[in-house]
Amino acid sequence: MAEINRDDVAHLARLAHIDMTDDELDRMAGELGGIVDAIKSVSEVAGDDVPATSHPIPLSNVFRDDVVGETLSNEEALLGAPDNADGRFKVPAILDGE
Amino acid sequence: MTAVTDEVLSFDEAMEKYDPVLGFEVHVELNTRTKMFSSAPNAFGDVPNTNVTPVDLGLPGVLPVVNGVAVESAIKIGLALNCRIAEKCYFARKNYFYPDTPKNFQTSQFEDPIAYDGSIDIELADGTVFTVEIERAHMEEDAGKLTHMGGATGRIQGAEFSLVDYNRAGVPLIEIVTKPIVGAGSRAPELAKAYVAAIREIVKNLGVSDARMERGNVRCDANVSLKPKGQEKFGTRTETKNVNSLRAVEHAVRYEIQRHAAVLDSGTPIQQETRHWHEDTRSTTSGRPKSDADDYRYFPEPDLVPVVTNDAWIEKLRAELPEPPAERRKRLQADWGYSDAEFRDVVNAGVMSSIEDTVAAGVSAAVARKWWMGEISRRAKLADVEPAELGVTPELIVELNALIESGKINDKLSRDVLDGVLAGEGTPAEVVEKRGLAVVSDDGPLLEAIDGALAAQPDVADKIRGGKVQAVGAIVGGVMKATRGQADAGRVRELILQRLGVEG
Repeated sequence: MAEINRDDVAHLARLAHIDMTDDELDRMAGELGGIVDAIKSVSEVAGDDVPATSHPIPLSNVFRDDVVGETLSNEEALLGAPDNADGRFKVPAILDGE
Repeated sequence: MTAVTDEVLSFDEAMEKYDPVLGFEVHVELNTRTKMFSSAPNAFGDVPNTNVTPVDLGLPGVLPVVNGVAVESAIKIGLALNCRIAEKCYFARKNYFYPDTPKNFQTSQFEDPIAYDGSIDIELADGTVFTVEIERAHMEEDAGKLTHMGGATGRIQGAEFSLVDYNRAGVPLIEIVTKPIVGAGSRAPELAKAYVAAIREIVKNLGVSDARMERGNVRCDANVSLKPKGQEKFGTRTETKNVNSLRAVEHAVRYEIQRHAAVLDSGTPIQQETRHWHEDTRSTTSGRPKSDADDYRYFPEPDLVPVVTNDAWIEKLRAELPEPPAERRKRLQADWGYSDAEFRDVVNAGVMSSIEDTVAAGVSAAVARKWWMGEISRRAKLADVEPAELGVTPELIVELNALIESGKINDKLSRDVLDGVLAGEGTPAEVVEKRGLAVVSDDGPLLEAIDGALAAQPDVADKIRGGKVQAVGAIVGGVMKATRGQADAGRVRELILQRLGVEG
């Protein structure tokens, strides 16, 4: 059976600050469960001698020199912000509703 | 919001019943030119949201690239903390939703930090040494700065909205985590302060951080728990966040020990939670309880490839490390022959390096100490600056000392000479000339002054004639006054006794 249940989805939704209806929780539990089951088939192929792989491309140590590059202007930085004040991003009261 | 004052037990009583266990997470901001994952400047105090690139703002489609210098700084910190350096380590995403990160995750390290299993010896003021085991030091990035607006106190509680500056977002951070520290007993608050001071000193000495606590370059979260004496199992801990001065670290640990003791005495369990430190009341208040919201869903950062080290690289960096501060102090104290108390005073006065330079310039350690701990420290205190900021160079002390040793000036006059030099009147020799400060060594004017002093105090003169040689001090004083301190007191004494026909 699927390893993602309704409570897991509700927990994740809470972590991600996403409101979900009961119907959505049910549907998402089913869909995510299906995805997890599908991916699990990989572990059937990989034996114990195959380490978990997070990075499939054999690359390491891709570093940048410590040299200052181009930055955004204050105006550019704030272009996508829903609201701003004093050159800063303005966000709603953080503790509101908690 | 009014802070509720918690019950506390006296520190002594708490220590009779409980053993404290400490743990520290110290965040060190590196002083690289650019950020951890972007080429935006790493600078303090600039116009908000100008030191930002699309990477720092978490805009869609951006790719981070690791700052190579920051990785080397991390390895150096690991080596200075006697850690093992990981052969291979990864970055991870620590997911949380809060406006201080526009990406909704902090790029950090999780299961495999770059440095692990270290230890440092922490020396307390009286010379007691505690070994603190280091669990790990890992690379991550700082968050943006929030300013809470509309509330009465500037605190997050009651704020109407908050303003965010992402200049700090992405600044390279090294988080240093200790293993639980047991056995400190009543020295725990002192050890806490000394530990953070040692970390600050180490990263500053390495040159990898500006280490200015008042700017948040070094920040400490202090974990405290108590266990009843004799019990092995650790108690429940609280984590006091962002205790950002050395004094505050000491006070916060002390306060939490006293508060825990009172809670435990009342039979209530300690709630695992974060606490906020308040400097004004020297107490903590409850932050938020540990909850399932602390589930950060770490996973490997797919946009960054692993960091792989090798012996050659690590040994090259090890060879670049400066002498560790604690070893340097030991060496200098041995070289100079100061007592423990003398050396501690020198360190606390912040003049150790100045003395080192002055000795190197060619005077004895005793003379260097006399100047830096005496006249220079006194002036620094008056001017409310650090002794090293007064503009006294080692060469100046060498010259002043040479003038004293040649008998041209005495200790008292040397202070006037120093005045003149600092006032820009020229070299010590020039000041002696211009101000006419040389010791009066010609006996003529001295004899004149002596006769004057004897005439002024005939009863004293009689006493000396009568054999009370110790009374000569009063006459010497009169002569020194008459010559405005420019006489050689020893010579004056000789001449007075000669004058009176008394054997010294």
